[in-house]
Order: sequence, then structure tokens, then C-alpha cells
Amino acid sequence: MTDEIAGKPVPRPTEETRDYWEGCRRGELRLQRCSECRRVQFPPRRFCSSCLCARLESFAALGRGVIRSYSVVRHPLSPAFAGDVPYLVALIQLAEGPTMMAGLRGCTPDTVAVGMAVEVEFEARSETHVPYFHPA
Amino acid sequence: MSRHSSLRGSVAIVGIGDTEVGLLPGRGTIDLTIEAASRALCDAGIDKSAIDGLITSNSMVDPHMYHAELVAQTMGIFPRHCLTLAAGGAGSFAAVQHAAAAIATGLCDTVLISSADNLRTGLTREQAAAQQSSTADPQFEAPYGAPVPAFYAFIARAHMHEYGTTPEQLAAVAVTTRRHAALHPGAQKRAEITVQDVLSSPLIADPLHLLDCSLVSDGGAAVVLTRADRAKDFPRGGVYLLGAGEGHSHEHISQAPSLVASAARESGERAFAMAGLSPADVHFAELYDCFTPVVIVELEDLGFCAKGEGGPFVEAGHTALGGRLPTNTHGGLLSHSHSGHPGSMFALTEAVVQLRGDAGARQVAGAEIGLVHAQGGVLSSHCTLLLGRERA
Repeated sequence: MTDEIAGKPVPRPTEETRDYWEGCRRGELRLQRCSECRRVQFPPRRFCSSCLCARLESFAALGRGVIRSYSVVRHPLSPAFAGDVPYLVALIQLAEGPTMMAGLRGCTPDTVAVGMAVEVEFEARSETHVPYFHPA
Repeated sequence: MSRHSSLRGSVAIVGIGDTEVGLLPGRGTIDLTIEAASRALCDAGIDKSAIDGLITSNSMVDPHMYHAELVAQTMGIFPRHCLTLAAGGAGSFAAVQHAAAAIATGLCDTVLISSADNLRTGLTREQAAAQQSSTADPQFEAPYGAPVPAFYAFIARAHMHEYGTTPEQLAAVAVTTRRHAALHPGAQKRAEITVQDVLSSPLIADPLHLLDCSLVSDGGAAVVLTRADRAKDFPRGGVYLLGAGEGHSHEHISQAPSLVASAARESGERAFAMAGLSPADVHFAELYDCFTPVVIVELEDLGFCAKGEGGPFVEAGHTALGGRLPTNTHGGLLSHSHSGHPGSMFALTEAVVQLRGDAGARQVAGAEIGLVHAQGGVLSSHCTLLLGRERA
């Protein structure tokens, strides 16, 4: 669920994702590892998408990755993002394997590149913290 | 061969109908769905009472809990099989596969697939934004404010990085498609454009420019399918389903197994295997072109060129009328129309027009086998159909 009342979408944690969002508030990017097959996955869910085992452990990731792809948004989805234009959104492959979408900070359309090493930071938004990445 | 191969040559499209497209103020999904249906029934030369199977797609503007049932009620028909099918852009062709299976198993004899919506004039600004954001994962994608074009920009950027695809090659998709639309009297955008026009149109989400993006339209289209052995009794005869296949790899783009290859590989392989055909047998293709990079990925994944060579393939003119594989001969979603779920229906009716030899100035010479492909989500759900002028 998304709470758009305050402007930018605010993620609303569910039972499956509460641990992840609480991690973000502490400055930790948390992933899940399957106790059976050891596969690491993101986003958090109740079972392993590889073996369907429900015994998952969560752990703090390194918070590092590389940019798989990116786009420079020129036409924002909602007025809440109008002040940010142009802004960068990327798909980031984390060091532990999974890919996540995130906004980029600390680089411009001229300096961003596929393959660039990045690390996580957290932006306070409403009552939660949203992960962004900047060049490592 | 799987049992699935029994669908080959089992059903025929015996009627088609397109509504007008573009801006159709005051027209709604039920109204347009029935107009497309009426045109298809007229083309098939049958009364509505002959329809015993109905498949529709739901409206983004005015969704109904029981869309197909409402269409049936409004048309005054009483089908034995009634289904509102949702697979995004791939839904139209998935509907054909469902209809073929229903006919082949005797569930029903004559199926009407009709799909229409009024995205252009029906959506409020807020609804349009909500529609776009509903494509994103609400917790893990939506907070970053990326519109749908940015999701496809990820694909374009990754393809450029991996294979050296250029913005000029992406633009060539739009230019070729527009040239075809110029030959279609019903297309929404018919004024020819150049590569420079595309590159100088505003950037929406780098590297995609405005003219790399499809249209927003009102409109819809319908087809009537029946048993292949009955097709000769219809005034226009039949265009036959030779192969069908689907492939599904993810919902959200951040979870896609690949950014440069798609489940069009699987859907294409399944359709070709059913038909006993290969890409070299295909005379023309109608591909899903919601954004220009999608056409390049599809050409590769469906086997029309090697992986990474989709850009040069388009730039060399192979997808133009008169080329090796005329593609999107009606103008596609980029230039004919894109009314949401119904968008790919026009690719299907165009394929029938081509195989009937009725396409006039845009006719592909000697068109006997055509491929249509659609995808939904963000390269998520794929369906490929092979259609033929002859039954086998």
C-alpha cells in the first residue's frame, strides 16, 4: 500500500516487509536468506521463491551494488516530484545478488553510467526511511 | 510434439471489426466493445445469436466486476462461455488461444473476442497518474516516482550498453512505423516523421523521447473465431490459427530475470513449434510497440535476427514495407492507436486484413503467414500467434 497524502509515495509496511522498513529506519538494508537453499532474495516475502521454504532469515546487506540500468525522468509521475526534475532512477544489482529499484543521489545525467558502483543512503520520508544510492 | 499441437489449424478467424480510433468523446468501454463486435459480426455475415462464447478485456477507465457479462447483457446474447481476460497488452492474443482451446474442445463453436476502452478522453488526470503508478510495486518501486516510460527506458539503456544499440536505431522504429500508418486511412497519426524529428522531440525518460512512446487513444476491435472446417461457409472465408504460445517471466521490472531478453523467446518458440514453422517462413509481423526498444527486443527474441542485432535490423530497413519482414503494417501502438488493453487487437485485425489481401497501399506482397506478438506489464507477459491464409 502507498500513502500519497503527504506528496511523494510513502511505503506502507505489511507483515512481510515490516522488518525491512524498520531496518531502513536504523540505516540498514536488510535482505532475506533461505535457511534451506541459502538463496538471497529481495523484496521480502513469506517464502523462498526458489524452494518455497518458509524458513527465511533476515540479515543486514553490505548496502553496495552496481547500476544495471538507469533512466533520467524528465516528466514526473506526480507534482510531488516536479521540484526534483530531472531525477535519476536506477536498477541496482546488490553485492548479494538481488536487484532493486532506487533513486540515485550524488550524480548527474552526465556522470551516471551502467556498471557504476554505488552504495546506499536513506532518505527520511514521513515516518519511514527510503533507500537511495550514491556513487561509492 | 505436445498435445497442444492439436490447436494447429483447428480454428479460423472469420470476422473482424475495428472502431474508429483517436479521440471519441462520450464513448465508453461497453459502447465501443459492442460497436467493434457488431462490425465483426457484420464482416462474418452472422447474427449475434450465433455467438456462444464471449471474451472481453476490462476497462482501465471504467472497470466492471463482470465486464464480459455486462457486454453480453447489453448485446442481448447468452453465451455458453463468458470470460473477462486480463494479461495486460498480451491479453488480446491470450484470448485467441483461450478461444481456440474452447472451440477445439467443444466448449463452444463460435467465439467473439471484443475489446475497447476510452483511455484518451475517459481518464481524468488523477486516474491517468494512478494507472501509471499501479504498474509499479507500491513499496519498492513507487517511492521513486518513475513513470512507465522510465521502466522501458531501463530496457533501452541496458540494450544500448550491452549491444551498442543507438538512439537513432530506436528512432528508426518510430519512423518506419509512422510511414506505415501514413498508408492506413484510420490511423491516429499519419504525418511522416524523420529520425531527427524523433531525436529532437522532448526527452520523457532518457533515452526515450516523446516519439519513442506510443499514443493514448480511444477505440477497440473485435474478431470472430470458429471451427476451421466451418470457415468456408463464411463470406470472407477464414484466416487460420497455426500456432500460439505464451511466456511469463515476472511482474515488476525490478524483478525481471533479464533487461535485454524477454519471455518472448519462450512464447515464440512455443508458437513456432505448434505451427511447425520457423521465423524464415513469416512474411510479416505485428509486434507490440508500446515503446520503440520493445520492438528491437522482440525481433531478437522471436528469432528474426540475432540477439543484439535488432537495432541494425530496423535501421537497415528490414521492417519496412518492401523489406525482409514488414512490421507493424497498420502503424502499431506508436502511430495507429493505443487504447490500453485493446491496443494489440488492431495488430490482430491488421494481420487478418493482410492475409486476406485487403490492405491496399500497405499490402505485403504474397502475405501468407503472419506473426503477431503482444506483451503486457513491463516485458512481463508475452503471447505469440502465427496466422495463415491456408489451414496448414
